[in-house]
Formats: sequence, structure tokens, C-alpha cells
Amino acid sequence: MIWLAFIMAFVSGPVWAGEAQPLGDDPAVEARLKHLAVELRCLVCQNQTLADSNAPLAEDLRREVREMIVKDMTDKEIIDFLVERYGDFVLYRPPLKATTTLLWVGPFVLLTVGATVLAITLRRRARRVVDAPVTDEEHRRVEQLLAEGGKRS
Amino acid sequence: MIPEIGHFALILALCVAIVQGSLPIYGAAVGNSALMAVAKPAARAQFLLVLIAFCSLGYAFAEKDFSVLYVAATSNSQLPLHYRLAAIWGAHEGSLLLWTFILTLWMFAVTLFSKHLPETMRSRILGVMGLVSVGFLLFMLTVSNPFERLIPAAPDGRDLNPLLQDPGMVIHPPMLYMGYVGFSVAFAFAIAALLGGNLDAAWARWSRPWTTVAWCFLTVGIAMGSGWAYYELGWGGWWFWDPVENASFMPWLAGTALIHSLAVTDKRGGFKVWTVLLAIMAFSLSLLGTFLVRSGVLTSVHAFATDPKRGLFILMFLAVVIGGSLALYAWRAPRVGLGGSFSMVSREGMLLANNVLLIAAMGSVLLGTLYPLFLDALDLGKISVGPPYFDSVFAPLMAPAIFLMGVGPLAQWKKADLPDLARRLKWALGVSVVTALVLPFVMGKWTPLLSLGLLLAIWIVTTAVVTLRERLAHVTGDNFSDRMGAVSRSYWGMLLAHVGVAVFIVGVTMVKGFETESDVRMNVGETATIGGYTFRFDGTQDVVGPNYTAARGTFHVSRDGRDTTILYPEKRRYPVQNQVMTEAAIDPGLLRDLYVSLGEPLEDGAWSVRLYHKPFVDWIWGGCLIMALGGALAISDRRYRLARRKQEPAVAPSTRPARRKVA
Repeated sequence: MIWLAFIMAFVSGPVWAGEAQPLGDDPAVEARLKHLAVELRCLVCQNQTLADSNAPLAEDLRREVREMIVKDMTDKEIIDFLVERYGDFVLYRPPLKATTTLLWVGPFVLLTVGATVLAITLRRRARRVVDAPVTDEEHRRVEQLLAEGGKRS
Repeated sequence: MIPEIGHFALILALCVAIVQGSLPIYGAAVGNSALMAVAKPAARAQFLLVLIAFCSLGYAFAEKDFSVLYVAATSNSQLPLHYRLAAIWGAHEGSLLLWTFILTLWMFAVTLFSKHLPETMRSRILGVMGLVSVGFLLFMLTVSNPFERLIPAAPDGRDLNPLLQDPGMVIHPPMLYMGYVGFSVAFAFAIAALLGGNLDAAWARWSRPWTTVAWCFLTVGIAMGSGWAYYELGWGGWWFWDPVENASFMPWLAGTALIHSLAVTDKRGGFKVWTVLLAIMAFSLSLLGTFLVRSGVLTSVHAFATDPKRGLFILMFLAVVIGGSLALYAWRAPRVGLGGSFSMVSREGMLLANNVLLIAAMGSVLLGTLYPLFLDALDLGKISVGPPYFDSVFAPLMAPAIFLMGVGPLAQWKKADLPDLARRLKWALGVSVVTALVLPFVMGKWTPLLSLGLLLAIWIVTTAVVTLRERLAHVTGDNFSDRMGAVSRSYWGMLLAHVGVAVFIVGVTMVKGFETESDVRMNVGETATIGGYTFRFDGTQDVVGPNYTAARGTFHVSRDGRDTTILYPEKRRYPVQNQVMTEAAIDPGLLRDLYVSLGEPLEDGAWSVRLYHKPFVDWIWGGCLIMALGGALAISDRRYRLARRKQEPAVAPSTRPARRKVA
């Protein structure tokens, strides 16, 4: 890797106003790396993805992932390898399993419960409310506000 | 000496807060107006005392008094004055003081703008705020004293985290806290109404402007934090679903639901019980946010201010506030009347459905934020919940909410007619769908998400146009501008805030869909092209800042042979903490940002460089500002001014710019 960079530096260095070289040599590999790295956690950072981090360890891990891509491993194989080594902690998209079921279904359970409670409450409410009780005070206010609005326009 | 005065002022403030939190509430319960009358002077005295404490700490920072532990820990003699002052809230103790100071500021505002309230209501409100203040003052004085001395004094301070040495630090935390703490007013109104049993439309009308002001501050505060992260952290993202960001976003979601629910309570007398619950929820989430950030249970980019020891106090405080208010709620809420009847398909119904979606979204964010903590605590393994989770959960919940956002303002109160609504909205729907399908092709790339995002944004705008057109048809006036003027400002505010959401969505969608980035290795004189712009690297220079040294790169940017701009990204080294910071250079624009950040130096003066072309990214923050402006416009509505003009000439500061703009 480093000697490759050296060669690149040597080749492109003297050529002024030349086109800068991408950091990775193969754009397709870099694209896949990026695709994977945005969902992986930089393990030594506070809360950063592997793609965003500049930490040396993240750099190392990126290099490893890059090598695995070059070795033509599938995304799944690479992720399995990383999980094997670092645990689920490395994944920003938690895998669906027994302990994370609640995490994944929770939001939709919340929505369903919310919608059901809403529907039931409204139905029950419709039975209890016979007529809209507009108080005298509210009437007076409405009159007052209408009068004010009228004056203005 | 000065720090001791500050410390003493805090102790006095605690005494005053205890009086303020007890006598007026008791007075209101037994109808003793002498006791109730204590509330106002007590609140003002407390404001003054905390102001003194705040200024004392500011003085210690300005004077570089490193015999104060907190100053020594978060400041340095090399640090410029404005950052030394911003360092007041640079870590835990001072943030708490800022919290309390802003709480008393809101209290002071309540004493100014509450002359039209019945005395029992006002004293209860101030009493409740006093109780909240007791909690915070007690916290500071027992476990988190910003005035603690360091003897012997440190020769120099340990410096403010370089990450925080940015203009964003001066303004973002105060704005955010204005929002967070502002919900304490809505909370106090709700608790006061529960205590007094007068939960009615008048209560909603009174607390509405307060809630909206707080919401505006929170919106701006969050947007600023996001913008700050965008340019400071150097990887060009604007939202990371970081736990601490979530901590500020959850009260925002609850607050947004609250604003809409209050509208119904105000206009139609409905949803009272729900509105009260939302008010409690919004403030509880603000407190929870404080707990999450300050207790040290989270690892995040914001973890500069953590300390696990204090978690227990906040947790107990949280339990008392949330538990107490929910108990009160359970006890009093069932007695509240129902308000007017309405059918499921009505503006009320849609607002309520929107509320359910917002709260479900809030719940999901809460779940995702706390889940890893619970798993870890129960020893069930360590997991990370990050952007992929939140994106896939949040978007499906918000999409229907945004759809309803277009329909709601057009639906009648009480009972709306679906076929009629469909007829009125058909062209808006047609235009949105067609544009959303075609536009991405025109722009050269079609993905389902891109289309969906555009659909939602255009839907909001087109429905807003329909709404406005119908509104204008209903008001009287001789010519167009007269009729425009006859539409109330709160209505304009609503439309504007909704359009702000559309602008925001356009920003998010376009950036996600079309941003390009490139990691290159650049020798001096080499060029790289991204998004049609050519960047030429002209080398780096060593620069010496006030408290850092930097390598500053120079990039000539051109497009089609014409110079666009010159960008100077920096790689700074702060010697005190020996930290390296990346200062990205950005050329902002209405349609695109150009973003350069320096990576690592390579051999021969070459650098690894990260270049981004980010279309429409500024629309994200622009949209937030428009939302906040909409809120400001709504509170400048004449019905609030009418109520006030009789009593007070002044208005809340945030309403002023908006008013000038329209008037």
C-alpha cells in the first residue's frame, strides 16, 4: 500500500496541474468500502461510523475491510467476520434477534397501540359527548374577536 | 472573593426558590392573596440572584481565576475572551448554572407578561417553576458546584475542549437551553391548571404563546447544533442520531405535538387531557435530555461533560418531577370536561392522528437511544443503534404525518367531508405526484427515496397554496393585498412553518440523493474535480492562531475555467490538550455547498484531502429557520398583542424581528 503510494507520488508528483489520484486504487472497491463503512462503528471513537472516523484504528480496520473486498468476500462474509471478532457492537444496524426484537418491532407496536387507543377513545368520546357545549363566555369571546376582526379589515 | 459572592447568591437563590415553591401554591390553595403575592417578587429576586451567580462565574473566567476548579478545568490563559465566556457552559457545572439561569429568566418573563392571568393561576405557575428551580439549585450546591475553589490555584487551566472552541459554542447551547427550559413554562401552566382544576380553553390560550416561543428557540438551537457539527466535525454530516442529539430532538417532537394539540384545545376546547399530558411529556423529556447528557451513561461526541456520580441525583430528581406530575395528572385529569364533539374525519381528528405519529416517532427515538443502555445494564450484550436503524424506523412514521400535514389545514373543524377534501386536493396531489416522478429524471437520477422525499415536499407546498387560496377567498377585502393582510398572522405563521418543513425535506432529500464526495491524495498543483467544480491544491502554509498552530491549505475552486472561490481548510493543533482538529472550509450556496477538509499530510507536501459537493444542504437549516420564523410570526398575532397591550408595552424579544418584517 505504502510503496504503491510512493510510486503514485513519484509518477504524479512532478506533473504539475495533473489530476489528483484517489486514495484507493480501485473506485469500485472504494464504493463498496464506503457502502459497508457507513453502517459500521469505529470502535475506539465516541460515536462515529467507520467511514467518518480519522482515528488510526479506524484506518486500520478500513484497510482490513478493503483487503477483504479485494479478496472478493461478500458483504455478508465481511460482516460476519467483523461480528465474530468484535461482536454486534460494531454494527450500527442491530441484527434482528431475540434481544433486539423489541427494538425493531417497538416503533410499530407503539404506532399500532397509539392508533388503537385513539380510535377507541374517539368512539367512546363520541358516545359521551352529546352536543358541543359552547359556554356563554366562549360566545362572548367569539363575538368580541369577530368584532375586532371586522374593525380591522 | 467574587466566586464566593456567586456561591452565596446561589444559596440565597435556593432559599428564595423554596419560599417561591411553597407559599404561593399554598396561598392559591387556601385563597390567601398575601401568600400568593409572594410569587412575583420572589421570582424576580431569584432571577437577580442567579444572574449575580452567573456573572460571578463569568467574571472568574474573564479574569482567568484558576483558583476556581471549574475555571481551571475548562479554560486556559491562551483562550480568547469570547471562548472563555462561552466556557461557562463548556462543561457540566456551568451548563447546570446556565440551565438554572435560563429557568429564572423564563420566570422573570412570566412575571412580566402575566398580568392578565388570574392571581391564583400566576402564583401556581411561578410556584411550580420555583420548585423546579429548587431541584436544580440543590443539585448545584450539593454535588456540582461551579464555584468550588482549587487551592493552591493551578498555574494555568486545562483548556476548553478544542472541539468547542467555535462560534457555535457561544450561541448554540444558550439557544438550545432556552428551548429546553422554555418547556418548563408550558409544564408549569399545565401543573397549575391541574392543581386549580381550571383546565379550559383560556388555559390553552395563555400557554400557547409560551410554548411556541420555547419551540422556536429549540428549533433554532437544534438547527445550530446540526450546522455546527456539519462544519466542525469535518466529515460533512449534519445529523448523526447521536444520543445527545436525540435528547434534544425528543422534546422537539413532543413540543411539536404539544403546539398542535394546544391549537385544538384553544380553538375547540378538545384534547385537554392529552394536551396536559404532552406538556408534562415535553418537559420531562427535556429533563431526561439533561440526565442523558450529564450523567455519563452515554458515549457520544458530546460526552465532554459527563460524570457518573451525579447521575443518581438527576435520576431521583427526574423520578420526583415526572412521577409527581403524572400522579397529579392521574388524580386530576379524569375530572376534566371533554370539550366539543368531533368526528374522526375532521381537523381535530387529523391533528390527533398527527400527534399519535409524532409521539410514536418520539417513542422510537427514545427506544433506540435507551435500548443499548438497557441491554448493557441487563448484561445481554453490547449493541450499537445508529443511523441505519433510526432512518429505517423514523421515515415510515413521519411520511404519513407529513401527508396529514397537507390535509389537516384544509379540513373543517368538527366534521370534514372526505370526498369534498379529495376534490379540493386533487390538483395538489396530481402536481405533486407528477413532479416527484419526473423531476429526478430531469436531474439525472431516479431512486424511490428521492421521489418520495420530493413528493412530500411538493405536497406540503402545493397544499399550502390551496389552503391559502381558499383562505383568501373567505376573507373580505377590496384588493389582493388587503385580503392578504386580513389573514391572521398566526395563520401565516402556520403556513410558513409548514413550508419550512418542505424546505427542510428538499434539503435532506437532495443531499442524500445527489451528494458526491471524493477522497484524494493531492500534490501541490494537482486538481480534483467533483460536482463540476475543479479544486486546485496550492499547498499549505503554517499559521499561528491565538492558542493553536495550524497547517492551512489553499484550494482554488473553479468551474468551467472561471474562478468560483478560494477555500482555506485547516488542520489545527491545540497544544494544551494536544488535540488535532480539522477545520473544514466551506463555500456555502443556495443550491450547493463546496466542502473541503484536510486529512493527513503525506510525503512531499501532498495531503490526503476529502472533497464534498453537497447540493441543497443549506436548505436543511434554512428550513428549520423558516419553521422558527413561522412560530415567531404566529406569536406576533394580534390576539396576543391585544391581550398584552392593555397591560404591557413590551413583547417577548423573539417576536420582534418577525413583526417588523410583516408590518
